[in-house]
This record gives sequence, structure tokens and C-alpha cells, in this order.
Amino acid sequence: MEATPKEQTKEQPKLIVSIGPHVRTDESTAKIMWTVNGALLPAALMSIYYFGLPAVMVLAVCIFTAMITEAAIQKMLKKEIAVADGSAFLTGLLIAMNCPANIPLHIPAIGTFVAIGITKQLFGGLGYNVFNPALIGRALILISFPKAMTTFTHPVANIMAFDAKTMATPLTVLKEDGVAKLLELYPNIYQNLLLGNRAGSLGETATIALLLGAAFLMIKRYITWHIPIPFILTVAAATWMFGGKEGLFTGDALFHVMAGGLVLGAFYMATDYVTGPSVRSAQIVFGIACGILTVLIRLKGGYPEGVMFAILIMNCFAPLLDRGMRSKVFGKAEAKGVKK
Amino acid sequence: MWQDVLTIFIASALINNFVFARYLGLCIFFGVTKKMETAIGMSFTFTGVMLIGAALNWFIYKYVMMPLHIGFLKIVIFIGVIAAFVQAADTIMKKVTPALYYKLGIYLALITTNCIILAVPLLNAEEYADSLFKSMALALGSGLGFSLALIIMASIREKLELADVPRSFQGLPISFVLTGLIALAFLGFSGMITL
Repeated sequence: MEATPKEQTKEQPKLIVSIGPHVRTDESTAKIMWTVNGALLPAALMSIYYFGLPAVMVLAVCIFTAMITEAAIQKMLKKEIAVADGSAFLTGLLIAMNCPANIPLHIPAIGTFVAIGITKQLFGGLGYNVFNPALIGRALILISFPKAMTTFTHPVANIMAFDAKTMATPLTVLKEDGVAKLLELYPNIYQNLLLGNRAGSLGETATIALLLGAAFLMIKRYITWHIPIPFILTVAAATWMFGGKEGLFTGDALFHVMAGGLVLGAFYMATDYVTGPSVRSAQIVFGIACGILTVLIRLKGGYPEGVMFAILIMNCFAPLLDRGMRSKVFGKAEAKGVKK
Repeated sequence: MWQDVLTIFIASALINNFVFARYLGLCIFFGVTKKMETAIGMSFTFTGVMLIGAALNWFIYKYVMMPLHIGFLKIVIFIGVIAAFVQAADTIMKKVTPALYYKLGIYLALITTNCIILAVPLLNAEEYADSLFKSMALALGSGLGFSLALIIMASIREKLELADVPRSFQGLPISFVLTGLIALAFLGFSGMITL
């Protein structure tokens, strides 16, 4: 902070110090962000198809709040207003995709405000936030309004779905009533999980749409396999080993991978450049640890779904992981007797 | 029994982490986390003092205070024992291992009046007065949990040094906000183990 004191801002500062990663490329933040938004579009459309107009309203409220908050705070802090870079849009979109459809609309608005205002702008704006803004926003409203945030509705595939019946998510049913009840409520479970025909948050249901978007992002090399694949494989392995009722190695890995917000979290939120580690080997550790925490919370914890908390907890550790696993700088001798 | 010990250890380190779930010990927490080096020094000193202090207080509570029926004096006595022990450690270290003293000694003065160091013997007296192993599990778990909190916080705060935080939030205010957010993340551990 000493490098660019406020007094100097009148003239261009000579030396700008910013935190990593420092990469020279023709990609811009705006281009990446809008591409990620585009990759999420199929899943958003699927949610509108299943949950109807309520989903549209949640999406609209979140995105609108995000952009207004971002612009207002940047204006207050006399910074350049950068709403057009799409990062606020993405945060709003992700929060909306993490909410149930028939939620009272002030709740996602509060979550979005906290996400953008406190988690992102207070820490210095894009690039400096410690936690994934969308996840903090969601965690806050989940613990503040637990009832509204866990009342999910039946996917009716009808545009006017305002009075859709409530229905528990597959993971909640599994946690509270067991497998028999789950199969009774959700026949053809894998097919429905893949297509998104199940109760759940807006964006987490349509696994196939999320996977399409993720594949696109991976081909464009905007995200790499280092975080999401270890994350998902760890969840699969750990639930297969410990998730079954009849003992070890009887758990249903495929169900656990598709049932919660894992695909959404692993590909779109754990891969956040800012809040995850940037060293490759640290990213793999990050993914595996996220997976272990997710399964721990799902099978042992107080919440049916653990992806959000797992990523948030690992966000705390990301700077430490980067620090510990940074590769050695060659051609630099350590002075004897003088540490750092 | 051993399962209980392990449960107490994990619960006190993560689920009921003293900083992120019970909001104790914040003065040291904010005081030493500006740099990783001080955070690590404090972690070692703190965990050591915690273990020895808790053991001392456990013996005094079980073999002196319980037979004399003066359990109601525990706050006063525990504070006295901790203060005396830390002061003694300070003096002895200075004499015997000056090198170690200059590395860790500065933290000892801060620890004397720390609330976690007092909270652990008090919790032990209430819940695990019958078992030394359980008391030690609580002390070790709390010490390591606090160390974990210090090291995470220091690593994030060092990164935040370069962040463009609004002027009125620079320094301590943003650290408080940050601690609140970490506490929110650590809520994920809640309900995992019920004691």
C-alpha cells in the first residue's frame, strides 16, 4: 500500500505493485468473464425451463443487485467504474444459480450485496478478494435464512410455476430418510440428475448443461483440470468408500457426484483464479482437500451439502498452499546466517 | 475412551476453534498475524504454554482444590497459577537458553493474560476433571487450532498488504472483516461432531 499512496494518484504512479499471477497475454479480464458467463448460459436456460418465471426473477434480481452494488461502491471510492468487465454479472449469476427458485426476492438481493460489497470491494475489488464472493454471499444467506434457502420446489417445467409444490433435494432425502425413500421420490434417478429434473438450486440441477459449459471452458483453456478433476474424483472415491450403508466400498459415487452442487462448484467456483492457489501442484492439493471436506460435511456434518463450505474453507488455505508449494527459484543463493 | 480423546482433540481444533467459533484470544490473534514469522513464533510458544498450564491447573484442581472444596475459587487460582508459571518460564528461559528466549520470549508476556489460556483450564475443570488425557486433548487441540488460525490469518494478511483496500478499512478493520468471513467458512465444520 505504501507503493501507491493516495497523494500520488494525481500523476500516474511510476511503479505499480500488484499481486500475482502476472501473465502477459492478449486475453482480457472482461473477455474471460463474459466467456464464463456464456458457459453458464445453458444451465441458466435449463433452470428457467424447469422452474419457470420464479427462476427468471431470481436471476434478474441477483444480476441487477450485483451490478448496481459494484457501480455504486466504485463510484463512492472514486475508482474507475468497471461493471462492464462482467465479473459482477458472474457473481450475481452464480448466487442466483445457488438459490432455490421460489425464494423471497429480498434474500438473494442481500446475499449479492454482501458478496459484492463486503467480500469483493472492501478487500480492494477484483483480484484482491480472499474468498469467492458468490459463495460468501450464499453462505451468509444460508445461515441467516435457513428455512427459505432450503425450501426447494418441484421442477414442473411450466413457465408460471409460482405455486409449485415443495420437495426435498436428493441429498436431503438421502441424509434424512435413506435410500429407499430416495428411490421412491426420484425414479430413474441418474437420468433425472443428468437432465436436471429434480429439486435443487437453480443452477446445480442440470448436470449435462454444466458439463457442456465446463468442457467449453476447458477447450478454451480458461480453466484447467488441476482443481475440478481431483475435486470430483476425490468426492467419487470417498463416497464410494464411505458413503454406503452396508459397509466399505458400497457407496453410490455417481449419485454423489451428480446430486449436489458439485459440478457447479468444482468447475465454476473452485476454479476462481483469485481465490484459489495459482501454483499447479497446490491446485491439485486444493482440489483433493475440497473433495475430502465436501464428503466429510455431506456424510458427517450438519448440512446436507458441503461443496460451498469446502471451497470456502480451502479459500482460507489457498495463500498458504501457494506459499508452501511454490517452486524453487533457480540461480539464487540463500545468504548464510541471514534469513529473509 | 481413546475415541473420546480423539473426538475432543478434533472438535477443539476445528469445530469449536477458539478464534473462529468462540471468538476468544482476539488480541493476540490480531497482534501477531501481521507477519508470518511472528505468527509461527507465537504458535509454538502458545501451544507449549497451553499444554503445561492446563496440566498444572488440572493437577491443582483435582488434588488440591477438590479435596479442600474450594472449586469456586478456580478463576482466581488458575489466573495465579498461569501468571506464576509464565513468569517463571520467562525468567528461567532468559537464564538457561538466551537464544530461545530472544526468539520466543517476547510472546510470553502477551500470553500471561490471554483468555484462551484461562478458558481451557476452566473448561477442563467443568467437563474433564476426571481424566488427564481428555484435558490434555482439549489443551493440545485448542493450542493447535489457535496456531492454525494464526498461520492462516498471517498468510492472508501478508497477501492483503498489496490489496487496494479503502483507506478507512486498512489495517485492523479489514482484518476484523476477514476474521468474520473465515468464521463463516468454518461454520461448515459445525455439527460434524457432537460431544
